[in-house]
Amino acid sequence: MNRRRRAADIAIYTLLILGAVTMLVPFVWMAVTSIKQPDEVFAAGGGIKWLPNHFLWHDEVIQGRKVRAWWGNYPDAWNEINILRLYLNSIFIAVVGTFGQVLTSAMAAYAFARLRFPGRDKLFFAYLATMMIPGSVTMIPVFVIMKHFHWINSYASLIVPGLFSAYGTFMLRQFFMGLPTELEDAAKIDGSGHLGIWVRVILPLSKPALATLTTFTFMGFWGSYMWPLIVTITDPMRTLPIGLRYFVGQHATNYTQLMAGSMIALIPVLLLFIFNQRYFVEGIKLSGMGGK
Amino acid sequence: MGKQTKKRISSNKSEALAAYCFLAPNFLGFLVFTSIPVIVSLVMSFTHWNIFRSPVWVGADNFRSLLWFHHEHGRLAANDPMFWKYLGNTLYLMIGIPIGMVGSLCLALMMNRKLKGIVIYRTVYFLPTVCSGVAMLILWKYLYNADIGLINKTLRAAGDMLYANPVSGWVFAPLRGFLTTPPDWLGTTAWAKPALILMGLWGGLGGVNTILYLAALQNVPSSYYEAADIDGAGPWAKFWSITWPMISPTTFFILIMSVIGGFQTGFMTANVLTNGGPAGSTTTIEYFLYQNAFEKFNMGYASAVAWFLFAVILLITLLTWKLGGKVVTYE
Repeated sequence: MNRRRRAADIAIYTLLILGAVTMLVPFVWMAVTSIKQPDEVFAAGGGIKWLPNHFLWHDEVIQGRKVRAWWGNYPDAWNEINILRLYLNSIFIAVVGTFGQVLTSAMAAYAFARLRFPGRDKLFFAYLATMMIPGSVTMIPVFVIMKHFHWINSYASLIVPGLFSAYGTFMLRQFFMGLPTELEDAAKIDGSGHLGIWVRVILPLSKPALATLTTFTFMGFWGSYMWPLIVTITDPMRTLPIGLRYFVGQHATNYTQLMAGSMIALIPVLLLFIFNQRYFVEGIKLSGMGGK
Repeated sequence: MGKQTKKRISSNKSEALAAYCFLAPNFLGFLVFTSIPVIVSLVMSFTHWNIFRSPVWVGADNFRSLLWFHHEHGRLAANDPMFWKYLGNTLYLMIGIPIGMVGSLCLALMMNRKLKGIVIYRTVYFLPTVCSGVAMLILWKYLYNADIGLINKTLRAAGDMLYANPVSGWVFAPLRGFLTTPPDWLGTTAWAKPALILMGLWGGLGGVNTILYLAALQNVPSSYYEAADIDGAGPWAKFWSITWPMISPTTFFILIMSVIGGFQTGFMTANVLTNGGPAGSTTTIEYFLYQNAFEKFNMGYASAVAWFLFAVILLITLLTWKLGGKVVTYE
């Protein structure tokens, strides 16, 4: 029995490691390509060359040919697409949008979970029903609304339509419903109003749910693609994904620079993920509660 | 007594007032960016409208062009054959859903043991999900490049190795064409869709679904397995009689969500990687909708496509709701 278990463990480890290598190889290939010389990528011959031909800290002339430093593609990519501006746009939109969405969701969720008012259940049902509507149904009319507001190609069009979420309201409402009422009763006796209860009791108790909603909403804003593509026109208003997309359009085959640009785009996301992994995992589990 | 009731009513009133204040921002957004647009979209789907001129009411014309058929040379032909082709593409790409689910479940089963360094594995498998987006599509464009892509380089290297030896060359003879001249993945109609499915599997295998499955597996009470051990059940029997039924709600949830999502994807991939080609072979309904709305400015027709999607999603949801109770085992 014990030996069979060990054999199974070894088999599983092998499979897991093989799978992990498959997951990592494309990333490694991207990283090594980003530090190669531009012409190296197109070298004839079928063999796979992992390491770059040269690894220099400064540009040098070797045998009459100019060889760039290993990091040379990075400033090129950086300058080419004004990546700093794209980053600032993406961060600004994601931070403001996420804060706004979590705020409006937490407020509405409190009303749905704890306050009695006429029409509450009907309105909540309407919220639930709209969660099924595909984004493409509302996208065109919202675009027309943006046009009427003269918001096209502005931060407003990138942020405001995303400030309200039936899903966020629903998720937080479910969480608030599960909170014990004793602390609220105590706060009521102390003379707290609804605003006081919301700020001092409900929100502090809901930190895990708020953190997961924040993570998810942020990811949503950060990765959003079709909407920013539709409502932005000029380069300074583009977000990171849209800027990268135009970068590909202009440098169809300049793979060393494309890989460097992609690396610049990915590294902060990777760091954010590695340090906040818990919230990602918890958020996914929470979103999967629908299956229970 | 009367005073008490009065106070009660006024407190009810103030509670309702507070509720409306809390709801106001969200409700306003709900109205302007969801409720009203849904109604507008429905009305738009019965018009011809290019946003530059005022819309023209055309009744069910858009739906007739989109979904209906006409006689041509005595044969039945679709009014918009492209729509059906793109619907076919969308469904074809969904082949990846069951494959990915099996893969995610296997991965979760493997990770659900007390193994060393499990957090590292989970992180590595989750990486493609975190990095999903344009940067990953750029990377895959490069990986799939027919001449200098890593995938074809690997295949050619494998071919060189296998066919240098007569024995292995004979064994792998049927693969000779594939390995010595590997396909232009994104450039040929035959390979573009399988290539996208493969890319999707790499990107999604260890992601959200694996974490959902892991959570479900950890919720199965260990006493069930202990009882099965006493009965002398093997791992296979334990899986089919305990694990599979216990995680069926999760399987069901993932399946519905993936299918609903599957009808609404493909835009970014088409826009960055393939332009919907070659010859429209990677154009999905979502990309078709975008092209109609924002390239041809057929807003009415695009709205009709959106409502078709909505109807399909509604149908699936209702159907699975009805069917699910029979298939899924709830605790």
